[in-house]
Amino acid sequence: MATIDSKIPKGPLAQKWTNYKNHQKLVNPANKRKLDIIVVGTGLAGASAAASLGALGFNVLNFCIQDSPRRAHSIAAQGGINAAKNYQNDGDSVYRLFYDTIKGGDYRAREANVYRLAEVSNSIIDQCVAQGVPFAREYGGLLDNRSFGGAQVSRTFYAKGQTGQQLLLGAYSALSRQVNKGTVKLYTRYEMLDVVIIDGRARGIIARNLVTGEIERFGAHAVVIGTGGYGNTYFLSTNAMGSNGSAAMQIYRKGAYFANPCYAQIHPTCIPVHGDIQSKLTLMSESLRNDGRIWVPKKKEDAEKLQRGQIKATDIPDEDRDFYLERRYPAFGNLVPRDVASRAAKERCDNGYGVNSTGLAVFLDFKYAIDRLGKDVVAARYGNLFQMYEKITDQNPYEVPMQIFPAIHYTMGGIWVDYELMTSIPGLFAIGEANFSDHGANRLGASALMQGLADGYFVLPYTIQNYLADQIQVPRISTDSAEFADAEKGVKDKIAKLMSIKGERSVDSIHKELGHVMWEYVGMGRTKEGLQIAMKKIKEIKKEFWTNVFIPGEANSLNTELEKALRLADFLEIGYLMAIDGFNRNESCGGHFREEFQTPEGEALRQDEEYSYVACWKYTGEDSDPELLKEPLDYEETERKTRNYKN
Amino acid sequence: MDNTINITLKVWRQRGPKEPGKFETYELKNISTESSFLEMLDVLNEQLVQKHEEPVVFDHDCREGICGMCSLYINGQPHGKDAAVTTCQLHMRRFNDGDTITIEPWRSAGFPIIRDLMVDRTAFDKIMQAGGYVSVNTGGIPDANAIAIAKPIADEAMDAASCIGCGACVAACKNGSAMLFVSAKVSQLALLPQGKVEAAKRVKAMIAKMDELGFGNCTNTGACEAECPKSVSISNIARLNREYLCAKFKD
Amino acid sequence: MWLTNSSVGRKLVMSISGIFLVLFLTFHMSMNLVAIISADAYNAVCGFLGSNWYAVAGTAVLVAGVLVHFVMAAVLTAQNKNARPVKYEVSSKTDVEWSSKNMFVLGLVIIGILCFHLIHFWAKMMLPELIGSEDMIKETAAIVAQSGLECKEVEATQNGAALIRFTFSQWWVCLIYLAWLCALWFHLTHGIWSALHTVGMNNKVWMSRIKCISMIFATIICLGFAAVVVFGYCSNL
Repeated sequence: MATIDSKIPKGPLAQKWTNYKNHQKLVNPANKRKLDIIVVGTGLAGASAAASLGALGFNVLNFCIQDSPRRAHSIAAQGGINAAKNYQNDGDSVYRLFYDTIKGGDYRAREANVYRLAEVSNSIIDQCVAQGVPFAREYGGLLDNRSFGGAQVSRTFYAKGQTGQQLLLGAYSALSRQVNKGTVKLYTRYEMLDVVIIDGRARGIIARNLVTGEIERFGAHAVVIGTGGYGNTYFLSTNAMGSNGSAAMQIYRKGAYFANPCYAQIHPTCIPVHGDIQSKLTLMSESLRNDGRIWVPKKKEDAEKLQRGQIKATDIPDEDRDFYLERRYPAFGNLVPRDVASRAAKERCDNGYGVNSTGLAVFLDFKYAIDRLGKDVVAARYGNLFQMYEKITDQNPYEVPMQIFPAIHYTMGGIWVDYELMTSIPGLFAIGEANFSDHGANRLGASALMQGLADGYFVLPYTIQNYLADQIQVPRISTDSAEFADAEKGVKDKIAKLMSIKGERSVDSIHKELGHVMWEYVGMGRTKEGLQIAMKKIKEIKKEFWTNVFIPGEANSLNTELEKALRLADFLEIGYLMAIDGFNRNESCGGHFREEFQTPEGEALRQDEEYSYVACWKYTGEDSDPELLKEPLDYEETERKTRNYKN
Repeated sequence: MDNTINITLKVWRQRGPKEPGKFETYELKNISTESSFLEMLDVLNEQLVQKHEEPVVFDHDCREGICGMCSLYINGQPHGKDAAVTTCQLHMRRFNDGDTITIEPWRSAGFPIIRDLMVDRTAFDKIMQAGGYVSVNTGGIPDANAIAIAKPIADEAMDAASCIGCGACVAACKNGSAMLFVSAKVSQLALLPQGKVEAAKRVKAMIAKMDELGFGNCTNTGACEAECPKSVSISNIARLNREYLCAKFKD
Repeated sequence: MWLTNSSVGRKLVMSISGIFLVLFLTFHMSMNLVAIISADAYNAVCGFLGSNWYAVAGTAVLVAGVLVHFVMAAVLTAQNKNARPVKYEVSSKTDVEWSSKNMFVLGLVIIGILCFHLIHFWAKMMLPELIGSEDMIKETAAIVAQSGLECKEVEATQNGAALIRFTFSQWWVCLIYLAWLCALWFHLTHGIWSALHTVGMNNKVWMSRIKCISMIFATIICLGFAAVVVFGYCSNL
């Protein structure tokens, strides 16, 4: 059995990163320009990494599937980015940010990685301000902060409700500068379809030009994957339509371990599903829970009338409303963490108290806030969100309560990486949401942006040199080798196979079927039996896909259906991986809730003795189950506690 | 309970940049008014695939109005008739039963058609690469609070920075001018002390690149602002002009 | 040369030449108003300008201004057409000022009728003096005589008041002039604020103010000119 070496540096937690940097190997400037690095993805992690590596002098090839690097889905993050600046003098520190992140992750993240994340968080803010990111400011001209879930301090920096956009545009501008200087070459509308391994090291990729359909080879001394998460396995999620887990799956099949696939975050405040043809779910900022009260009717008959459209929310008097979060969690009320709020909504709806025609929605009511604060104050705080809600639903939240329901939002699991962000394949790195590293079983709000930029700006540019220092003698990688030819042939064969099926079903119809199974059995509440059903059903859907999908058009031309089919082929694998991982993890923690493992009050019950490890899945072949490897998680600095949001 | 409508679509179909294109007409029945415009197109594409025909190609990604990928010139307006939304945020309740909806790609010399409704907007990336940045490397940066920036200035920079680079300004402009896009970035960086240092160099480089790429000349019609999904103000264009002229007269 | 090679430079040329023409119009309109108050005073102004070197130089600059404004407009319009080689099937439904979309057409109308105007006045006043054509001077004198106002033949080319009275005695000429002023009004309502915007003299706060000032200024200029047309017509009744 392979062993897992996470390469965590020795020494006290707070000294590890400094020690690492002091002793790592570096590449001198003259050698940097001889080394090629492929970065796949242009989100916060990919763009910041490509820009930083380019600035150091490496020769970078940067790929994205969209028409421009600026479109990556990091752009949609609303809330903010955490940093331990302690500008508010409220007692924040690197240690506190580290501790909150570990605790928020339900003690399933690596201490050393999280501490490093907290350490570099401050530099991110400095970097972004220098790039001209227009963070919100106070009248005195200094940076403003807001508070966010899971923390007792205000450490979140924000730019209106568009923080992700502004940070991504900052990274994109840095990237554009490097393109202008010639250190980075952009390949937009290119999709990676395989990684090329030569003598055990990642040496390039095979990518499809999405405009011409041509399959092309690209060689490099190292390959970096920054391709985001796999939330779209569920078909409906808050991810962008193009977000996919294919790059992760390609490298998984080549030997990179996939870690903790079952950890998926469900966001409690999304706009409910309206019908069968829905294509995606829209997130409403978590900040709404600061002043909105969540409720369903107390009486089931009221709920049924609401579902039939016979009465309106405003017809139900206060005494007949069940503010279930306030009832169950008096201390935190409507501000419990995301996973807790999501499960509570599901519990009410499962019991028949849902408030819309599908029975899958709860109310988020601002009536009380308007009574207490006045409409103007509420408008000043949430006006733009209310406007967005009204655009989508045609309902005015000032007059009728909003309807919300949980939706898949983020995946904490991902490609396993060591402390250097290198996967189990030498020369192959994974950064941002694509890796599994820093959030454990649950991610706190405003931490995803922090992690993506930390990896890209301040971690990878160091750690990749420790690898590349040995590679300076290696000449430019020729793409004429047998390994490239084999990888290209594999890709072409796969495409040919897909095109030749000529069945009866569209890619989307099969993807929706997968999504239903995932949501039903690998969603908010999972059971042993349910996960077994999921695995069985996913296998059936996979068979259906490979025998009955229809893809119009040609392979060697622009073909959006083929793009979707290639991604769905991988989602089917990921779905299975999520189910098998969830099945293996006989405990509840963070984004993984097994109904068998809960406290009498219905809270997640961890099994620290048995499951305090990172589940690393190793590919063993097309038709066999993956092999489980375990990276034990040792907690030196923090004491593991049960999360408590009651008092 | 859902309201549904029947509509006729006139959609521009074109195989490639050099090939001739034409409008195809499609009938769609029972479209939920709750669905978004792009979901309606999904329905069309699903039907086309069922008939073993090639789907209509259009750009889209986040479907929440921020990535700037979706485009479409709908019944004479970029992003359709709703104000301050992108096409993905436009909903079918804004249309009536029996409507004919004409869908065209962005038309601009700077945005050649790739296929059907998908256009190539890399011209915007090229303009950004010409100077749309502050020249700082990663690391070695002073503390974020080392320079205070007055809130009104920061807010104005944020308003300019909210541009999503969708190209609706170019599509709406009768002259096919990209001035709103360029001015938004120039303004954001010229307003902030971090960007002021190289403001003159930036504005000259970005304008030169914009002119080179075949966009038209701004005549201040304001159509760009009216159609901008983020309502970026044309006062940014005045600032761009000011910055450019000052830079040129200093030379 | 960046003034012609860059889009902002070309716009600056339009803006500066436009502002110059607006200033000329302001002067011309003020001068015309004198004709309403006193024919003699007006003729004195005409006499002062006459074909003196400074008036000729002024005219030359003015012609240059009009030419620059017109030629640059033609260049810009051609370039702007090229920026959208394939037109939209559905014409734009975007709500913008009508004049801003039709500046070139309005400009053509203005220039076209300007020729008409030059035949009425400039060709009867400055031109004969410049080329020293006895025949033309005689022709002007004949028109002046028709107006019913007393005048010596040698001073005929400086009798603007008489020419106004004669020209606007025909109702259809008045209508053409009024239509011309309408086109000018539309052109100016967009042109004035747009010129200021182009030189960078605008921001969010001043946007509505500048548009308002532009509207008022255009209205004053056009009403001033129109007043003289109406006065000329009425004085024949």
